[in-house]
Amino acid sequence: MSGLGISHLDVWFGSGHDRVDAVKDVSFRVDSGASFGLVGESGSGKSTILRALTGLVPNWSGEMIVAGEKLARKRTAQFYKKVQMVFQDPYASLHPRHTVDQVLSETLYLHGFDAIDQRIVKLLDDVGLGPSFRFRYPHQLSGGQRQRVAIARALAPEPEILLLDEPTSALDVSVQAEILNLLVDLRMARKLTYVMVSHDLAVVGHMCERIAVMQLGEIVEIMSVADMRAMKTSHPYTKHLLESSLGYKRVENIA
Amino acid sequence: MLEQQDKLLDVQNLWVKFPTRNGVFDAVRGISFSLGKERLGIVGESGSGKSMTGRAILRLIRKPGIVTADRIMLHDKDLMAMSEREMRKVRGQRISMIMQDPKFSLNPVMPVGEQIMEAYAAHATASKADVKRKALDMLEAVSIRDPERVFRAYPHEMSGGMGQRIMIAMMLIPDPEILIADEPTSALDVSVQTQVLSIMDRLVQERGMGLIFISHDLNLVSSFCDRVLIMYAGRIVETCRADKLHEARHPYTRGLLNSLPRLTEPKERLDVLKRDPAWREAQSVSGAS
Amino acid sequence: MSNAELGSGEKQNLRDWLRTETPTSRRHARIASLYQGWLTLKANKLAMIGLFILVFLVLVAIFAPLLAPADPFEQDLANRLQPLWGEGHLLGTDSLGRDILSRLIYGARITLYIVTLVAMIAPIVGLFVGTVAGYAGGWVDTILMRVTDIFLAFPRLVLALAFVAALGAGIENAVIAISLTAWPPYARIARAETLTIRGSDYISAVKLQGAGPLRIIVKHIWPLCMSSIIVRVTLDMAGIILAAAGLGFLGMGAQPPSPEWGAMISEGRKFLLDYWWVATVPGLAIFTVSLGFNLLGDGLRDVLDPKDAGDA
Repeated sequence: MSGLGISHLDVWFGSGHDRVDAVKDVSFRVDSGASFGLVGESGSGKSTILRALTGLVPNWSGEMIVAGEKLARKRTAQFYKKVQMVFQDPYASLHPRHTVDQVLSETLYLHGFDAIDQRIVKLLDDVGLGPSFRFRYPHQLSGGQRQRVAIARALAPEPEILLLDEPTSALDVSVQAEILNLLVDLRMARKLTYVMVSHDLAVVGHMCERIAVMQLGEIVEIMSVADMRAMKTSHPYTKHLLESSLGYKRVENIA
Repeated sequence: MLEQQDKLLDVQNLWVKFPTRNGVFDAVRGISFSLGKERLGIVGESGSGKSMTGRAILRLIRKPGIVTADRIMLHDKDLMAMSEREMRKVRGQRISMIMQDPKFSLNPVMPVGEQIMEAYAAHATASKADVKRKALDMLEAVSIRDPERVFRAYPHEMSGGMGQRIMIAMMLIPDPEILIADEPTSALDVSVQTQVLSIMDRLVQERGMGLIFISHDLNLVSSFCDRVLIMYAGRIVETCRADKLHEARHPYTRGLLNSLPRLTEPKERLDVLKRDPAWREAQSVSGAS
Repeated sequence: MSNAELGSGEKQNLRDWLRTETPTSRRHARIASLYQGWLTLKANKLAMIGLFILVFLVLVAIFAPLLAPADPFEQDLANRLQPLWGEGHLLGTDSLGRDILSRLIYGARITLYIVTLVAMIAPIVGLFVGTVAGYAGGWVDTILMRVTDIFLAFPRLVLALAFVAALGAGIENAVIAISLTAWPPYARIARAETLTIRGSDYISAVKLQGAGPLRIIVKHIWPLCMSSIIVRVTLDMAGIILAAAGLGFLGMGAQPPSPEWGAMISEGRKFLLDYWWVATVPGLAIFTVSLGFNLLGDGLRDVLDPKDAGDA
């Protein structure tokens, strides 16, 4: 059994009086090869779920199963070979003093690959960057190119599951289209499982088959993309999100 | 066509240049447009010069940047010919500006109310009680339910949407004729975004202000504004009525529209914008209304 | 472009190669980015003045035997306390008739020696303590930073004096004493930088590759702390030269007849009113070199600040 399952996940920050519950009793399943979307507004806890999966937050309870394996407190090297993440802001997710080559070769080295040179060339090719980008620093790249490098880094260990944390929200729409197309192609070619977080319903609608809507740390509704497009929603919050995302409506007065 | 007296702002041949080590970089390249009592949208991608245009009108381009223009007429006064001192009177009093992120526009160590009162006191002379009442009125005008509490709060105690409303309140106190809003809602969640927009919408209608709304969001601009200028590489490539944006003809505008994923029209692959070098060279379209 | 083509000596080619946006190898990328930094630094006139002063100091130290008109230790009691511009003694002589210019030139070696040693010890200790404390957090952070605070709480010269008194007078001990008092500010800077870096996405990203804390600190955090540390070192150098001179002045540093600049001031002090140049000339030398370091440090800050790297 592969894919990924989360049941009764709670994530919190701080303790005692300052405790903030970021994720409350969240459960969902993603089949192997599927693409699952998490949408919600800022502070709804959608990114926190991804960070909990990858072991970047210390305090959580519940059960997370990835590729048939129950996750312990500490992630193993084996886990990181299966699950990788693409971060939101490509301007913040690349080390400012490392060239593309350094970023990729370190990743490959840490995962114990050989033939690193050939692999780097292949990876750059896969994400649509030529070999001429190999020795550039991040500040010599545009936002879209940086995000391609970040995707190449995530693909380097040849993972089964890719976690996408708002991968295009920092990019222009024309660049967003390129990156989304790339992600669709990569998923086809490599049979990847996606879990994608976004505040943009149209983007999630384009990328995913099933979507969970989150509000204040809880999943209020899980539905198929077809239902979302048809506005078949049972929860008022989802309806509100859908309406707002269709553009501004001249309203007489909103209190 | 607007009558001459309805024209609030008339910009002719505006350039913004930045000298760099590798020669002069032209951020805005000779654009002309005018603004009436309307909601004028300026859309474009990052680097298209849309934000620079907004700042250049207020002559807020930082050194070593240079602003040149044949004229920037505010009614019958040329902003380009004004001294820095006169300019300061124009800023805020007659033309106000709202920035993208309210966090960086408010003073973090001063209660919100005091900042609003200070903004007011800088523009008009009135007794302290009057100023305070006016400030509270303003907070109410931007749909803040509990103005007394917000008045005493510090900026970090506010949510993003609340902060942006306060910014709008501050900008509106001197009753400006023109409001320049540079991505005022892109740091906000969609639901809050709608509220902030409707506040601006109402104020424009009630007070007869001219609004320049700078944004990268085509959907938003086409549903919110009256008229749109589309900028590319420092020039205006196309101008059209906002509700007719989806019938735009320029290949750049078409490309941008087609690259957007749409909830209602699913497709396998998104169209990718192919940039034609000729767009860059083409003459700027006049944005006069 | 191959190295053979480079050798053809075409200046334009070399410049293009250095300014390329598309480097072809790891080394090329590094050289090109260094060149960009150099161009930024070159545009800053004051920094270039500072660099010029320091290069001059290094050259003087290296070629001291060739440059010095006389033996710095040779006493000539008949010609003691000669005025400036005197015959054979451009900057006069001191109380024992030694040529001040020659002593100054040889003194450059000692100054450079002190500066280099301190610059190698203090920032490295500080960087290590600060990044470990910042990255580890918790009780490791608490203990390391309290120790740092204790060192910071003492006035630098007093602490250095105590160390020298315990270790014995002499230039090596002075260096050790100054280093021991100079590291805490570096630890503070490195810790503050680490705290902001540690939560960033690129550190999270490398954690997701299974990198351990040591690797993250050394390979990912150190390179980012380096720039502010280097800037701080150059700005601190003035203080270090003055501390060394101060120790020399108090008789705790370099011992006579060593031509250390601080010791020279100390000797000249006795005749300050009648023969002002004996103390003033080494004082001016200290001032000039300190100024050089300060100017260069200011310029380097503009070049190295990673926050500006994106605008380059």
